[in-house]
Amino acid sequence: MLYVELFVQGLIQGSIYALIAVGLTLVYGMLRVLHVAHAGLFTLGGYLGVIVTNATGSLLLGLLVAMVVVGFIGVAIYRFAYHPILKHPPFVALIASIGLYIAMEEIFRIIFGPYGLTYETQPLQGHVAVLGMRIKIAELATFFGAIVTLGVLGYLSSSTRTGIAWRATVTAPKMAEAFGVDILKVRYLNFFIGSALAAAAGVMVALLNNLVEPTSGAVPSYKALAIIVLGGLGSLRGTLVACFALGVIEAYGTIYLGWLMDRDAIAFLFLILVLMIRPQGLFARA
Amino acid sequence: MEGLLNVYQISLLTTLAVAVIMALSLNLITGFCGQISLGHAAFQGIGAYMAEILTKQAGFDFASATLIAVLFSAGIGFLVGLASLRVREDFLAITTMGVAFLFVGFVNQQPRLGAEEGIANIPDPGLGATGYMVMALVLALLVALFSVYVRRTWLGAAFGSIADDEDTARIVGIDVARFKLAAFVMGTGLAGLAGSIYAHQVKIIQATDFGFIPSITVLSIVVFGGIGSIVGVIFAAVLLTMLPLWFQFIGDYKLLFYGGLLFLMMRFAPQGLAGLIRSGLDAMRRDKRNDARVGDAA
Repeated sequence: MLYVELFVQGLIQGSIYALIAVGLTLVYGMLRVLHVAHAGLFTLGGYLGVIVTNATGSLLLGLLVAMVVVGFIGVAIYRFAYHPILKHPPFVALIASIGLYIAMEEIFRIIFGPYGLTYETQPLQGHVAVLGMRIKIAELATFFGAIVTLGVLGYLSSSTRTGIAWRATVTAPKMAEAFGVDILKVRYLNFFIGSALAAAAGVMVALLNNLVEPTSGAVPSYKALAIIVLGGLGSLRGTLVACFALGVIEAYGTIYLGWLMDRDAIAFLFLILVLMIRPQGLFARA
Repeated sequence: MEGLLNVYQISLLTTLAVAVIMALSLNLITGFCGQISLGHAAFQGIGAYMAEILTKQAGFDFASATLIAVLFSAGIGFLVGLASLRVREDFLAITTMGVAFLFVGFVNQQPRLGAEEGIANIPDPGLGATGYMVMALVLALLVALFSVYVRRTWLGAAFGSIADDEDTARIVGIDVARFKLAAFVMGTGLAGLAGSIYAHQVKIIQATDFGFIPSITVLSIVVFGGIGSIVGVIFAAVLLTMLPLWFQFIGDYKLLFYGGLLFLMMRFAPQGLAGLIRSGLDAMRRDKRNDARVGDAA
């Protein structure tokens, strides 16, 4: 029974990684920029979710506000931070992104205080019995919310005009432009969706831990960076598989390797091992 | 010498020497090879802890302990570089960020390494404060000369061509991965040197002295001075180490300061201070030439 329970916990953790990593993969796939500042958007989503939920009593409203506001901030980051420096070598945008992230950490500390915020009345704390396991409703909501969102996103990207233009821009930007796709609009859309998903993840993680603090984003998004490498950098399908694989490996690893290293170290070890054996990532074609 | 400098100034100069060695060692990686390391301080930490184990726990003298510490950091650097440099440049940024987290996580759980309290009472190398300062400054000078030497020789030419355009470098027959690995190993080894000097200067070390934020601080120094510019990086190392001592608020809002600095430099002056000065000089020269031409016409 423990095996199944660990597996389920791994899937729940994996769905959180998926929400964060999808945005990173979209940005990397399109711009070849490692968007470290994504971590700051995740944390900001958590803060907005907690503040709005506490003020209005509605988690759904908190989630919506967080996603929309953070989505627009993501677009602004692209427009004012990345867009003007894309002509330089890739490390320029990477360093700018790191600078932006650690500056954001300090700004959160100044605005929201160093000790973090919590939900006044924590929503969705009931349990349901599934196959003899007690699972928190918040965990179920996170898992199914992520699956449904990603499913809808996958459907839209393969069957709507905008979605197809978007995928064309990722694989062949010049060609897409020649066919009349407005690349700038596609990039805005890209940042809006990716950032909104990161905000959703931030709200749900703040709910599961009942805490959001200035450094909340550091470890999850470091792992998301590791995940997009594992997934083969820019491949959406590879990234999703890597998310759930890492979630499950961590869940088992924490139990069976816990005496040797902590959860975060296991993720890192997994990354190094994969890079040694398959340097192109788990699912990319060489 | 004792009459010239007080205790505070001697310790400050030693600190500056360590900062310069750290910045130049990252400059070897980032500046000469276009590689970003986000965990450079972790290699300083590896050197610091290794040297401390050898002098405090195994009774080695300072010089041989430092030498072993340098080789050990370079060895770890070799392994990390081997795993991350084979495919694309972005991997190194991510694995080194992992090294930064892993180093702190690992050391904090090892009772033999002092866990979270750190290690105190690291033995004195027996050179006296002034002697130690002179040694640190000489080593910093040697590292600077080494940087100049690497840049002047064919090795530097190869590094430069990789930083400029990796694909072209590959086409003209440069084994890009091997050169990147060489740069990374040299850089991490020198970070180990800085670690040993630091540990035996302050005599008390903690894992968090070498975590993610210190790594970002070193990166800020290199970026501010001008990636690849030896003079610019030395100047930036001295200036950015002194600033928090002069202005209290920089020490209080370190992350905002260094983060903002990184972002603004990349956004508006990716060539750093060295690049700004260079283009400033060029503009002045052009003006002079134009003035001369105007003079001729008149």
